[in-house]
Amino acid sequence: MFILIVGCGRVGSAVAKSALDAGHEVSVMDIDPLSHIRLDRDQTSTWEDAGGRFTVGTALEVDGLIEAGIEQANVFMAATSGDNTNLVISQIAQRRFNVPRVVVRVADPARAAWYAEQGLQTICPTQVAIEQAEQVLLTP
Amino acid sequence: MYVIIAGAGKVGWNLARELIAKDREVTLIESNHDRFRVVEQELEHAVQYGDASELWVLERAGIQRADLVIAVTGDDEDNILISQVAKEKYGVQRIVARVNNPRNLTHFKMLNIQPAVSATDLILRLIEHEVPEYGLVQLLALEEEHLEIIELEVVEGSLAVGKQVQEIALPEGSLVISVLRAGRGFVPKPGDTVAAGDQVLLILDPGLENQITALFAPAGAGASA
Repeated sequence: MFILIVGCGRVGSAVAKSALDAGHEVSVMDIDPLSHIRLDRDQTSTWEDAGGRFTVGTALEVDGLIEAGIEQANVFMAATSGDNTNLVISQIAQRRFNVPRVVVRVADPARAAWYAEQGLQTICPTQVAIEQAEQVLLTP
Repeated sequence: MYVIIAGAGKVGWNLARELIAKDREVTLIESNHDRFRVVEQELEHAVQYGDASELWVLERAGIQRADLVIAVTGDDEDNILISQVAKEKYGVQRIVARVNNPRNLTHFKMLNIQPAVSATDLILRLIEHEVPEYGLVQLLALEEEHLEIIELEVVEGSLAVGKQVQEIALPEGSLVISVLRAGRGFVPKPGDTVAAGDQVLLILDPGLENQITALFAPAGAGASA
């Protein structure tokens, strides 16, 4: 599979590394060139030597998405720090580039829930944290 | 009419001020606390503090009964999200969204957020209006309706000069709606004659611009719009 991940933060970089380890083709895009360091840390070879791709670009700029390989992507993950950015680019991936599988990280539970109802596959770390905390704190 | 404006920057604040002066009910939403404090001095309860892309903030502002939502923050993704949620979740009938970066206009269109207004485009059109070499000025594009209104200068030596309006071989799907001459405008009758130096306004189906320009520009000159 060809996986494109936009946003090379803690979540994006970790998913990228495990996807590459699992034998997938992985391309990562981030606005900050320095975010690349997350892909190399604790690794024996550099991200590129290991077969990964990295593109510096703004997610809303279509040229950058194309350079990062969105037209070939089977899976697209929006994992920048901005909920609205993630929600917009995932809809671009889905509707304009017809990427078959789109996953979007949304920190705000309310927006995550509504967009999930609209057919986006959302992941809400806040909701997960709330549920875990409730389980730990409220289970007798 | 109840209007919600997201973003109390220069555009949002001034829009709110104008609409309030016209006795509209307005709520302005601003997410920067310092800015909110400044605007609150003047607009008092008409401005609320919060991130307008959060659903509860929109609900607190009363989005369920809003007739118009104007998204004019400095971030295009925020404007897209606010407009999309207003329209599709809360059923707001009318939306106006600001496009900060004209290259993002395609995203607004793809997600059906119309009208999307770009200051860069507006300024560009004003420049075109001032520069007659462009030949054709697009005044209004009614994209949903597939119509546009353009302005053209009638150039000496062109096919239209000296002809009656009814004699100008306009393509099917276009119509002269007004002639501007010596600072005055009138709606021409079929028998009125067009002179060099007139500005004519036409309404047309998009795509006919070149055929029409050919009638009003000297032979050999093409439209550049």
